[in-house]
Amino acid sequence: MKKETIRIDSLSTGYRLKREVRVVARNINASIHSGELTCLLGANGAGKSTLLRTLAAFQPPIDGSIRIMGRNINEFSDKELSKAIGVVLTEKVDIRNMSVEDLVGLGRSPYTGFWGILDDTDRQVVRDALAMVKIEMLKDRMTDTLSDGERQKVMIAKVLAQQTPIIFLDEPTAFLDYPSKVEIMQLLHSLSRNENKTVFLSTHDLELALQIADKIWLMDKEKGVVIGTPEDLSYDGSLSSFFNRRGIVFDVGNGLFRIDNECSRSVCLTGNRKLFPLVRKALQRNGISTLTESTGCTDIEVNVSESDTGLEFTVKRDGKPDMNVSGINGLLESVQ
Amino acid sequence: MPYMLLITALIVFVFMLNLLLGSVSIPFRAVWNIIWNAGGNDIIQQNIVLKSRLPQAVTAIVAGAGLSISGLQMQTVFRNPLAGPSVLGISSGASMGVAFVVLLSGSIGGVALSRLGFAGDMAMTVGAIAGSLSVMALIVYVSQKVKGNVTLLIIGVMIGYVANAIIGVLKFFSVEEDIRAFVVWGLGSFARVSGNQTTLFFYMMIIVLPLSFLLVKTLNLLLLGDAYARNLGLNIKRARMYVISYSGILVAIVTAYCGPINFLGLAVPHLCRGIFKTSDHRTLTPACILVGALFALTCNLIARMPGIEGALPVNSVTALVGAPVVITVLFRKRRNNGIAE
Repeated sequence: MKKETIRIDSLSTGYRLKREVRVVARNINASIHSGELTCLLGANGAGKSTLLRTLAAFQPPIDGSIRIMGRNINEFSDKELSKAIGVVLTEKVDIRNMSVEDLVGLGRSPYTGFWGILDDTDRQVVRDALAMVKIEMLKDRMTDTLSDGERQKVMIAKVLAQQTPIIFLDEPTAFLDYPSKVEIMQLLHSLSRNENKTVFLSTHDLELALQIADKIWLMDKEKGVVIGTPEDLSYDGSLSSFFNRRGIVFDVGNGLFRIDNECSRSVCLTGNRKLFPLVRKALQRNGISTLTESTGCTDIEVNVSESDTGLEFTVKRDGKPDMNVSGINGLLESVQ
Repeated sequence: MPYMLLITALIVFVFMLNLLLGSVSIPFRAVWNIIWNAGGNDIIQQNIVLKSRLPQAVTAIVAGAGLSISGLQMQTVFRNPLAGPSVLGISSGASMGVAFVVLLSGSIGGVALSRLGFAGDMAMTVGAIAGSLSVMALIVYVSQKVKGNVTLLIIGVMIGYVANAIIGVLKFFSVEEDIRAFVVWGLGSFARVSGNQTTLFFYMMIIVLPLSFLLVKTLNLLLLGDAYARNLGLNIKRARMYVISYSGILVAIVTAYCGPINFLGLAVPHLCRGIFKTSDHRTLTPACILVGALFALTCNLIARMPGIEGALPVNSVTALVGAPVVITVLFRKRRNNGIAE
């Protein structure tokens, strides 16, 4: 049940200084839908944070309009806004002597009364939020003893306790190790699906975003904002032109990026085809491109096979005896 | 909760000790009779208890509570553990006000204020309140203009320096007798307030102190940092204005009556966080009131230890007694957590 929750019309973001207006991004037209995970990609300085801050009403737009669920964002009061949009920011929250449960409980502030006391409903919402992020066991831990990944989950639980239809996250996967990055992204993706939330986040983790996002926003200083599904953007060449730099190749076939070293030599692979990708990766890193029999062979042929002890290679060169080596390391030494 | 009750009991106990102990020894029975106004008391003893020890103890309780609350709020609003009541230059403002009154009355009016007695005291109080409130108004104005907390903190510290510089200039042009009066005021004391002034001070604080509970939700949200607090519906500028104004008024009143008292407001909030193991202002606010009162009463008692002629300066006693206590609490806490910072 996807619905347009955010509508952006000819939006320009930036800062009003004393004498001048510094525009960061201009004329953005887009909409963001509920039940979808949208990832905002762009180089440092492209204006991702400014856009997020503008969408979260932390700063006013320079021009254009933002409509949240059909209403202009300017018409929202502080209170209404706090029940519509929840944020997870890059700044690190570690308050000494505050338990995870209490911190998540602060997410209920828009709903609590003058003293900020949680009633039974509020406490249930907090428990549910902790359960959704699967951190029930952390509830009595102090926030200053959490790891970065745990803390990020706690902040996501806080935003869930806030019960907003829209969630903005500024680089939620920064500073995390790779498994934690994947875990957080999967969590956000399932939240958008299961809870029908509108999830919009900025990130530098390209491959992760391309694999998990429903929509990608590519943001660039000159080209503006390009929006689409990861597959559409990779098919129409937006992604490759976007990240068109020396040494980075966007593989349209699998929709992933590859670091490309310039190759001066080539070898021909024969034998067990299943093992080719692994060998190819190692050779490419060392500036050797690979061919197969179907594309024609050069003077060096490498036969790849598998044994109980690991990878086995037979290196055949014209006019030299065959050489048997084992392991990638052995192969690299023999062909160089 | 048991801690709160224990601390309240300790306050009652130390309060009684404050009435009982001093450079003149008065037997317990006599003190008891004087308090309950049973007849046949020695008039001198009655004066010592009712006009000296009782006002001092009451002053210490409300002043200690007020400064601690102010310190707690400043530390939260600036997210800085080193912030305290004096950090925004508000107490320097009070000193400047007093300096103007004390030092200029001598140079311009031709009278040494120290000779005027009650009128002189009154003038000093008014000067302190005027000075601190004008600095506070300036800070509140600035707080609505600048974005970052650190910027505001630095501006506050700068204003404090300017106030101190003005005091220096005033001192330079003043007669020695007045400078002495000013220096004595600057030492801080719970004993200066007397008679009707104690009553006035006490009532003012009894009205102002409970208002601190109105700010607990605001302060809890500010713990998260400005951006998160704002996202949870808090108007940051207004929140800052409320907290700084409230805190500033507390400092202004206390400083006007007791002089600048430094250490207490910085230390007691840390002590409370250590004892109660929480950052929740719903607990910390009453905790600071109670611990602040107990701390001030204890220091007042030590300052007038039997055997010491007169009284030691409160500022020296608070730091001498308080610093080891705070350091111990912080150390013990770290060992409990087992986590280095």
